[in-house]
Amino acid sequence: MTLFRNVVFVAALAGLVAGLFMAAMQAYATVPLIIQAESFEGAGAGHHHHGEEAADGHSHGEEAAEGEEGWAPADGFERFFYTSMANIVTAIGFGLVLVVVSEFAGGIAGWRQGLFWGLAGFATFALAPGLGLPPELPAMPAAELGARQTWWLATVVATGSGLALIVLRRTPALAALGLVLIAAPHIVGAPQPASFETPVPAALHHDFVVAVTVTNLLFWAVLGSVAGVLRARFADEAEAAQKSFA
Amino acid sequence: MNSSIRTFGTDVSAQSRLMQLALAGLLGLFVIGFVGFSHLEAAHNAGHDYRHSMAFPCH
Repeated sequence: MTLFRNVVFVAALAGLVAGLFMAAMQAYATVPLIIQAESFEGAGAGHHHHGEEAADGHSHGEEAAEGEEGWAPADGFERFFYTSMANIVTAIGFGLVLVVVSEFAGGIAGWRQGLFWGLAGFATFALAPGLGLPPELPAMPAAELGARQTWWLATVVATGSGLALIVLRRTPALAALGLVLIAAPHIVGAPQPASFETPVPAALHHDFVVAVTVTNLLFWAVLGSVAGVLRARFADEAEAAQKSFA
Repeated sequence: MNSSIRTFGTDVSAQSRLMQLALAGLLGLFVIGFVGFSHLEAAHNAGHDYRHSMAFPCH
């Protein structure tokens, strides 16, 4: 299981670095906008949480029962802590996927290749699904959750496969198939809410979409580059150890 | 299936390589799925700001 251990080690370290970086970026760029949008939640549409209010005005089928509020982190440090943990843990998850997929393509050889792998991750996991399902703020209407999650997942798989066909296979026919795969989810279209009416100002939402997209770009660039550096160093060291035994 | 492949500084058989990589990949997908997609109330609330900030479908 040496290979498994090496992959997990590189992904965990790269994920830790990129996740901490992402948490710091979010604390400045996205979370303040989320908190601002939450102030509109009492005003009609939207869900509720963080124990602020009783259940009323559910515009989209959240499963919480009337007046029942599950555990939620307290505002302030606790909330930031859980957001950071979620960032680090999923960054490690994204790192695992990134490293595993790149191993099948021969492995990332250094920071620059890693940067390109990171950009591919950004396109696959943030850019493509974000086109059909733009980042939402609290108090914004959205289509049924299950349908959106299905579309999100299908788009990620189609975009990732499409990019792989274009970059890793070098025939025009497969490149064309790759483009079709990338375009297909957007031709089908993402599930949209019946009404887009929201108390959240359009300018606030616009700022949020930009903040989410740019922070994701930087996150993926860091994740890929760090994974590339670690992977190269790791492979070198293992190589040297092998030689010294020979 | 038993030809040894040099990957990531280790020599592994093609079968073992596939198995180990698949295992690591599944672990990654499980982690992302749990934090980003779980319908559990507590998991949702803990990762709330994160989910919004990553544009995961939420609520």
